[in-house]
Amino acid sequence: MSPARPPPPTEGPWLEAARMFARNPSAIAGSVLLALVLLVAIAGPWVLAADPFELVAAPMTPPFTAEAWLGTDYLGRDVLTGLIYGGRATLLVGAVAALLSVAIGITIGATAGFYGGRVDRALMRVTEFFQVLPALLFAMVVVTLFSPTLLTVTLAIGVVSWTGTARLTRAEFLKLREVEFVRAERAIGARNARIIWGVILPNALPPLVVSATLAVGVAILFEAGLSFLGLGDPNQMSWGLMIGSSRQYLLSSWWAVTFPGAAIFVTVLAVSLIGDGLNDALNPKLRER
Amino acid sequence: MNAAPAQAPDAKPLLEVQDLRVEFRTRRGAALVLNGVDFEIRPGETLCVVGESGCGKSMTALALLRLIPSPPGRISGGRVLFQGEDLVTASDATLRQVRGNRISMIFQEPMTSLNPVFSVGEQIGESLRLHAGLDARQARARAVEMLRAVGIPAPERRVDEYPHQLSGGMRQRVMIAMALACRPDILIADEPTTALDVTVQAQIFDLLRELQRDKGTAIMLITHDMGAVAEMADRVMVMYAGRVIERGSARQVLDAPQHPYTQGLIECLPALGSSQHDDRAELTEIAGVVPSIWELGQGCAFRERCRHALPRCAAEVPPLVDIGGGHAAACWLRAGDAAAEQAR
Repeated sequence: MSPARPPPPTEGPWLEAARMFARNPSAIAGSVLLALVLLVAIAGPWVLAADPFELVAAPMTPPFTAEAWLGTDYLGRDVLTGLIYGGRATLLVGAVAALLSVAIGITIGATAGFYGGRVDRALMRVTEFFQVLPALLFAMVVVTLFSPTLLTVTLAIGVVSWTGTARLTRAEFLKLREVEFVRAERAIGARNARIIWGVILPNALPPLVVSATLAVGVAILFEAGLSFLGLGDPNQMSWGLMIGSSRQYLLSSWWAVTFPGAAIFVTVLAVSLIGDGLNDALNPKLRER
Repeated sequence: MNAAPAQAPDAKPLLEVQDLRVEFRTRRGAALVLNGVDFEIRPGETLCVVGESGCGKSMTALALLRLIPSPPGRISGGRVLFQGEDLVTASDATLRQVRGNRISMIFQEPMTSLNPVFSVGEQIGESLRLHAGLDARQARARAVEMLRAVGIPAPERRVDEYPHQLSGGMRQRVMIAMALACRPDILIADEPTTALDVTVQAQIFDLLRELQRDKGTAIMLITHDMGAVAEMADRVMVMYAGRVIERGSARQVLDAPQHPYTQGLIECLPALGSSQHDDRAELTEIAGVVPSIWELGQGCAFRERCRHALPRCAAEVPPLVDIGGGHAAACWLRAGDAAAEQAR
């Protein structure tokens, strides 16, 4: 690669970060991978109209055969179909749960950091309460209390994983609320809501974007973990469910576990690469390099 | 020095501050950082507030708009009357209507006073959207106008730039444009040139004077630079350790300072172009430092550093006494024989 000369800064900091991101090979690799996974999950069901629960061939048909390209599991369900349809559920749960966790985290962290004092102390006690609960155990309790559907699984993951974002947001708000431009904003007569969402949050966003991206990877792993333990939605094919249901047959039909496992691996890797790329692009201290 | 104030000296004050007190809660107890500050700002004039770091200048400015970081600070007494309304007790909604609209403020550090993630046009336009109800397009057009008014070249292009693309002087101009966008009655400028080059300082002062002439804005200029005072002030107020110790017209205070502290401040100025042949003449200084809030005791806060300290200075705080023509000083040397001073 030719030594990249920084372009004359004529754009906003976000555009500049985007340019930075686009020059980072591993970030690009992550984006391409994620785009592929998304493409398969979104467009796949149109190309390959099938029921992932349907028995299509003899149980444990090995992969790379005419009946089933990626083989069938112990019941004779097609692994490829499962991958495509399961990807939808996995990615959806991952994205929505991450969104939920970030939304809760930012709201609580911003309120605590901005108002400080008693509000801060109260909200931080709540955060600590959620932090000391073993997350997976807590999510299992939530899922078993209600019936395990895609929605309850998503909610459970969102509710147990927001504490990190809340602490990060609070720290950023504590740092930024006494900054001069925030005072200047107050001096022109802006109300608190405007200062929180319109002034401080945009400045606190870089680390939060990174954390939100990584939260997607964590949520996907969480969903897989719950499904593996049999606490996922049994009527909804997902990668975790595929691994979980075929785990006893790992030695006799490795493909039924390996392919969905690889899919999870690739997706989480892609998300992490993107998160790292965003971190480099948005962190002004690393930008000097 | 401006030859004549824009208004007659007895014009009705725009802003009246009475016995303003601000305290900060600390681990060692409540610290009174403003202790009974009284002053007024008249329409169209420039009031300079002078004093060393930590004397309460900036705190006074912040207190006017209730911008003191709270906790730990709070206004513990006094009134700030603006158009008949006491801003100390006014509702938040009323206060928001005053802030940035009727009274606006520019800060010391142009580097950190602008929001790095928004373009300067968006930031100038914001107070217009808040107070004048303009939509985004109108606000932008007005922002371009304001940038032109504060002397920024190619304002149509600059309006979309971000703070990091501007020099310190330009940023301070942007701050001024923001502050003046709603044509406020009063502009509070808290050391607006401290962070800038000397040449840029002069430009900023020229700009402020020009805008004041055009728009009739009263300016409260906070500074520790006596040169700036000589250049800008109609009236001067000198603060020390949270109190006003001298005030009067610029001529009165600069030509005949009454408080030993004010005299010291003026002596500290190098006499450029004066009759002194000895061009390496040593600069005088005021010995010592401003006492900490905890060392104030009961007497005059300046007594430890004062050449003329009397026994009385250690016992009682001197009141701010009028010594004629609106010139007042808080010193036992003057209070005792104010009449004699006038005769001098």
